[in-house]
Amino acid sequence: MNSKSYSLFLKDFKSELRTRYAINALAMFIIVAISVILFSVGNEKISQSLTGGLFWVVIFFTAMSGLSRAFVSEEERGTALTLQLIAAPSTIFSGKLIFNIILVFAMNTVIAILYSVLFEAFVIQNFALFLTSFVFGNIGLAVSSTIIAAIIAKAGAKGTLYPVLSFPILLPLILTSVQLTLFAFDGISFERAKFELAIVVSYDVIMLTASYMLFDFIWKE
Amino acid sequence: MIWKIFLFLLLVFVSVAGIAFPIVENPQYWYEFPFIPGLGENAKIIFFHVPTAWLTVIGFLMSTIYSFKYLRKKNLDDDVKSYAAAQLGMVFCILATITGAVWAKFAWGSFWSWDPRQTSIFALLLIYGAWFALRSSIESEEKRATLSAVYSMIAFITVPFFIFIMPRIMTGLHPGSIPTNPNEEQVSPVINFKMNGNMQLIFFLSLIGFTILYFWMWQVGYKSMLLKEKLDKQLIRG
Repeated sequence: MNSKSYSLFLKDFKSELRTRYAINALAMFIIVAISVILFSVGNEKISQSLTGGLFWVVIFFTAMSGLSRAFVSEEERGTALTLQLIAAPSTIFSGKLIFNIILVFAMNTVIAILYSVLFEAFVIQNFALFLTSFVFGNIGLAVSSTIIAAIIAKAGAKGTLYPVLSFPILLPLILTSVQLTLFAFDGISFERAKFELAIVVSYDVIMLTASYMLFDFIWKE
Repeated sequence: MIWKIFLFLLLVFVSVAGIAFPIVENPQYWYEFPFIPGLGENAKIIFFHVPTAWLTVIGFLMSTIYSFKYLRKKNLDDDVKSYAAAQLGMVFCILATITGAVWAKFAWGSFWSWDPRQTSIFALLLIYGAWFALRSSIESEEKRATLSAVYSMIAFITVPFFIFIMPRIMTGLHPGSIPTNPNEEQVSPVINFKMNGNMQLIFFLSLIGFTILYFWMWQVGYKSMLLKEKLDKQLIRG
């Protein structure tokens, strides 16, 4: 984490503020996805376990719709070569990762607020547990989708492959996060959820390490 | 040649023994299997279903090892080897899924019930499918080799979770998983069953036979890919 990756992040942040492409697309996607769910639910009362699952369905597909921009935009503008000249691969990955982490946190906070307003069953009993799993889940989501985005940007098939490649990689994280969200609904203590928390934390650490090690190969291709 | 005949005889013996040997209450002769309550005749699938699942893991492991080698040496030969291994892994993965589902229909009553094992083999199918989709989307040979090698490394570090951790921490119906009620003194015989000596012998013979078969098939697949490449080059030169 050095000043170069910070300035790369600032560059992405400023260009995002100028065009507001990702923010607008993500916000509209969240609204569309949640309204589809609300239409199909209708007047029925849905259970807590279904609400927890649907919460992560929306998070997954929202991430898949917006997070690939980080690297695809560089390839589209033809600025990837310039970036290769001015910075080391790990620096570039850090910059893109910070940007995606902030994007994921922003979008998931919005989704969580919307869910707690719109769904009756979305009642969190153990808020501390929810927050912890939310933070670690978001970091894992951001790391995995950033490294897959780098592969996708090089592969040329931009849109359709992204969810296909990401889903199996994210599956352990999503399965445990759904479990943790349900624990938070039921008000289960940290002591009983520590195994699931450990899985999420180790997933984050493993993916982060592997991503930094493998990004060199993708970036130099 | 000798080992091909040996392999043929071994697999014939395993198939015949696995299907035809009777299951009785008190095994007296060497060719009789013990009766396992709750499984009965269904138990015989262990001689064919477990080896396919084992070869799925072997195929995946070999594919990743050659991917790793490719990333270090950048030798396209390793990429072809990795591709051949993954193809076989996919075939055996489908076979394991189907045989498992058929067994589940008779043992549990439905083809698919999202048991932890079924979830994990489904995730493996998804990973293989995504890997082949990624490969088919890239034209350039070197780019395809590098990107698919990186993806298979990333996929490989999530696989242990599906194969080794999840089925053992979640309660399930599959033999070998945690029983639904861990405090129960008497674990259900289906989940925690013991094979007797001759059953174990046939089981391990079957594992060995299928593993040799796998390596033979892998070699044939690898060679055919090399020949195909050669032919393509000749066609281009005219």
